[in-house]
Amino acid sequence: MQSLLALSPNLEAMQSPTTPPNSGRTRSRGIGGVLIAVYGVLALAATGRSFVQIATKFDHAPLAYVLSAVSAIVYIVATIALFRRGPVWYRVAWVTISFELVGVLLVGLLSVFDGQLFPSDTVWSVFGRGYLFIPLVLPVLGMVWLSTRGRDHVESGA
Amino acid sequence: MRDDVIEWFTWLQVVVAVAAGIVCLVLSVAGKVPNDYSLGALFAVELLLVAQLIVAVIAPAVGNNATGSPLEFYTYLVSAVILIPLAAFWGLVERTRWSTMILGVAALAVAIMLYRMLQIWTVQGA
Repeated sequence: MQSLLALSPNLEAMQSPTTPPNSGRTRSRGIGGVLIAVYGVLALAATGRSFVQIATKFDHAPLAYVLSAVSAIVYIVATIALFRRGPVWYRVAWVTISFELVGVLLVGLLSVFDGQLFPSDTVWSVFGRGYLFIPLVLPVLGMVWLSTRGRDHVESGA
Repeated sequence: MRDDVIEWFTWLQVVVAVAAGIVCLVLSVAGKVPNDYSLGALFAVELLLVAQLIVAVIAPAVGNNATGSPLEFYTYLVSAVILIPLAAFWGLVERTRWSTMILGVAALAVAIMLYRMLQIWTVQGA
């Protein structure tokens, strides 16, 4: 058992020169890679800001800042789900991205009507204005990409 | 160290980061995989970020304190310092033109973070 585990990376290394770069597990993600990278940046931004908010001024708007932390975690999970392959991660990606779209629309709307409940500095306030509206655009692009990838799944029979 | 060191140094960084971002995006559109130019541009951004980290640590000791939250400032700075190597690593692993675009996106994201840091250091709390 142990020897098999030890051997497997070597096998992969031996195979790699003969397998084309665009096949198998390490297949290029194309423009989808850019999407994942932007998701990663947003996850980092949301996590950083949420950390600062909870550490320094949690009392100002507890509900908004808890939601901020939840959204940060969801962005992290979405980034990982988009990065990984397979039907389970595919489903996780759909769930997290849908959650984000609902979140940005709902909180965006609420923040317009009630600035006290949702201060201007959470990731979803005023439809993500503080983040160049990327939180509003990104879930839509993510869904477009997932649906094209889903078609690939069907075509390849996976 | 003069009081405005953080200010002009950060502006310099913003300019370099935006330039690096544009160079990478242009190279990506031109179909280039990550090369010495795009990765070198990111390396310059990273080098300046590390210098910024040193400057920011020293500045309060010589009487130049951030007007805003130091915690927020460092959260941005450390995030930026981590972000660039991650993008570069991606660029080395996945050799496509889209990775060059990712390098550009990372550099532009850092430019925005630097601008926020500048605001925190100079105009917040005012």
